[in-house]
Amino acid sequence: MTMKDTKHDGPPRTPPRQSATFTQDVNAEIRRAAATGIYDIRGGGAKRKVPHFDDLLFLGASISRYPLEGYRERCGTDVTLGTRHAKNPIKLDIPVTIAGMSFGALSGAAKEALGRGASAAGTSTTTGDGGMTQEERGHSSKLVYQYLPSRYGMNPDDLRKADAIEVVVGQGAKPGGGGMLLGQKISDRVAQMRNLPQGIDQRSACRHPDWTGPDDLEIKILELREITGWKVPIYIKVGGARPYFDTTLAIKAGADVVVLDGMQGGTAATQDVFIEHVGQPILACIRESVRALQDMNMHREVQLIVSGGIRSGADVAKCMALGADAVAIGTAALIALGDNDPRWEEEYQKLGTTAGAYDDWHEGRDPAGITTQDPELAARFDPIEGGRRLNNFLKVMTLEAQTIARACGKNHLHNLEPEDLCAITMEAAAMAKVPLAGTDWWPGKPGTGF
Amino acid sequence: MQTIDLGTTALRELNASLHAQAADTNQTAWEIVNPRGSHAVAVGLDAPIEVYVKGSTGYYTAGMNKQATVHVHGSAGPGVAENMISGTVIVDGDASQYAGATGHGGTLVIKGNASSRCGISMKGIDIVVHGNVGHMSAFMAQSGNLVVCGDAGEALGDSIYEARLFVRGSVKSLGADCIEKEMRPEHLEILRDLLERGGCDARPEEFRRYGSARQLYNFNIDNAY
Ligand SMILES: Cc1cc2nc3c(=O)[nH]c(=O)nc-3n(C[C@H](O)[C@H](O)[C@H](O)COP(=O)(O)O)c2cc1C
Repeated sequence: MTMKDTKHDGPPRTPPRQSATFTQDVNAEIRRAAATGIYDIRGGGAKRKVPHFDDLLFLGASISRYPLEGYRERCGTDVTLGTRHAKNPIKLDIPVTIAGMSFGALSGAAKEALGRGASAAGTSTTTGDGGMTQEERGHSSKLVYQYLPSRYGMNPDDLRKADAIEVVVGQGAKPGGGGMLLGQKISDRVAQMRNLPQGIDQRSACRHPDWTGPDDLEIKILELREITGWKVPIYIKVGGARPYFDTTLAIKAGADVVVLDGMQGGTAATQDVFIEHVGQPILACIRESVRALQDMNMHREVQLIVSGGIRSGADVAKCMALGADAVAIGTAALIALGDNDPRWEEEYQKLGTTAGAYDDWHEGRDPAGITTQDPELAARFDPIEGGRRLNNFLKVMTLEAQTIARACGKNHLHNLEPEDLCAITMEAAAMAKVPLAGTDWWPGKPGTGF
Repeated sequence: MQTIDLGTTALRELNASLHAQAADTNQTAWEIVNPRGSHAVAVGLDAPIEVYVKGSTGYYTAGMNKQATVHVHGSAGPGVAENMISGTVIVDGDASQYAGATGHGGTLVIKGNASSRCGISMKGIDIVVHGNVGHMSAFMAQSGNLVVCGDAGEALGDSIYEARLFVRGSVKSLGADCIEKEMRPEHLEILRDLLERGGCDARPEEFRRYGSARQLYNFNIDNAY
């Protein structure tokens, strides 16, 4: 093209160029901060792209490995949690559990649906900050009761009704952070359960009020066991911060189960800067946690549940191959219930967002009626239908994981192993400690000089 | 009176015996000897029984108590009567950190001093301390009453919600959002009752009242550090 062909006279011009550093999103956030003077609070997990399970692939069977017949040959999925100290360990039919999500963040009906779906699928559900609700206890055949820093709603009667106790030290979305539930969601019932005035913004502490280090935690666990007669398993949940040391200390403190939550893990409400910039991706945490279990001779004796961005049976199978005993899902369960469904697009638009991106759960205006305490919005959500959908989703995840396990020649999901995997990026190879595809090497492999 | 010797009986056996007592038990008085600083003594009780601990205890004595009266004839380690729901816990000596933490109800009486974070996150419990309390006492205290007959350490009532604090002596400093409040006749009444229940002969008029300025109740950038 000659200059004469263009509409402009004069020399060629550089086309407008957007900065890769000051992107449209970055600039919009600077303008928002400048206008409001407050940081952004939202729900959900990290939205940035990080090395994840998609960067791993299964090798499948070949001449040197013998596959199992799809659908026909047995491929076990059951898991028992809490075999170390508890008189009554939890036996689950599938290794996918429902993560702790608070009543307060979620409506009573949403908690009921989680209980219905999980029970139908033969797995457990978990309370959250704010205590145990009747909806949830009544509809969950196996319920894990969280013991959180806030101790909102904590009482010995509910403790004794629980099938397991989960001492929450941290969450992947915000390791080192507490929680918040803003006033819009503090209905009468939520306020009463938490013993606070209605309509005020509630903070959940980031540290437990009556223990500080691992030695105290060991005594705290002794107390919880004494109160519950050593019957139920005690889990310790940590965010993906220092998985080797946190796992080691959790085992030392007497945990039956370690729950490890990576940075992609959802939260009900936290500062965006916290969600996006603190904690490690779950992919980077699993092998380190397993290494700690192995170093303490506790792998499979103390069970490992991992969470943070688990979406499918492939993710489940990858977690198990890396050494986990089970997984937990939060966000995926909410989506299965109908959260962020395009059928509410018109209303998402009115809230200035779009289906899939809606994350202002703390404002309590969820069009799908799940992350709200507003009676009108909550009434849109049918807990029976929600439970059915969750059960379906859990079944599909299990079938998918079995499909992969059979293809790898495994007659139980627990028999999947790192040897079944390769990585398609250097980063994933280094984090998961499995070979980069097409090589027998990963960065940091012992004896390779890196 | 049933006597259990912790020198020869396992903690598990002690707590199991106490848990086995139903509301209509006729074994209402229990004596625990040789506690020797044991942790988790008499935790999770739920019957109208009286337990006398003859000596000092470790962590979480009478944790999550309901209905029972637990009397420690000695000092108590961290977290005595933590998350108490109802009943009474009395410590003749001193109490370590986090006494009465997150307690929902009942009465905790400490005849000596209490260390830091006494009444942290309290949710309805009444705590009467005859001596002093350490720093950060009543941190994030939600409801209930804390009575301090001596002095209070630094940052009393930091981030307090609706709990009432009564201090007779000096307060080294008040925490964020905690202010002195007017002592009205109804508060004197409440305090009189608390002092009586706590076995204190102090006069309500000698105390000052502290509580929440309620400035941190709604999230505001000026409150964020
Ligand atoms: C709405 C919501 C509420 C949550 N509430 C809690 C809670 O009360 N306690 C807790 O330990 N974790 C809480 N979490 C975190 C989950 O337990 C879990 O760690 C996380 O959701 C797992 O990651 P995923 O969402 O990617 O599956 C919450 C998560 C969500 C999405």
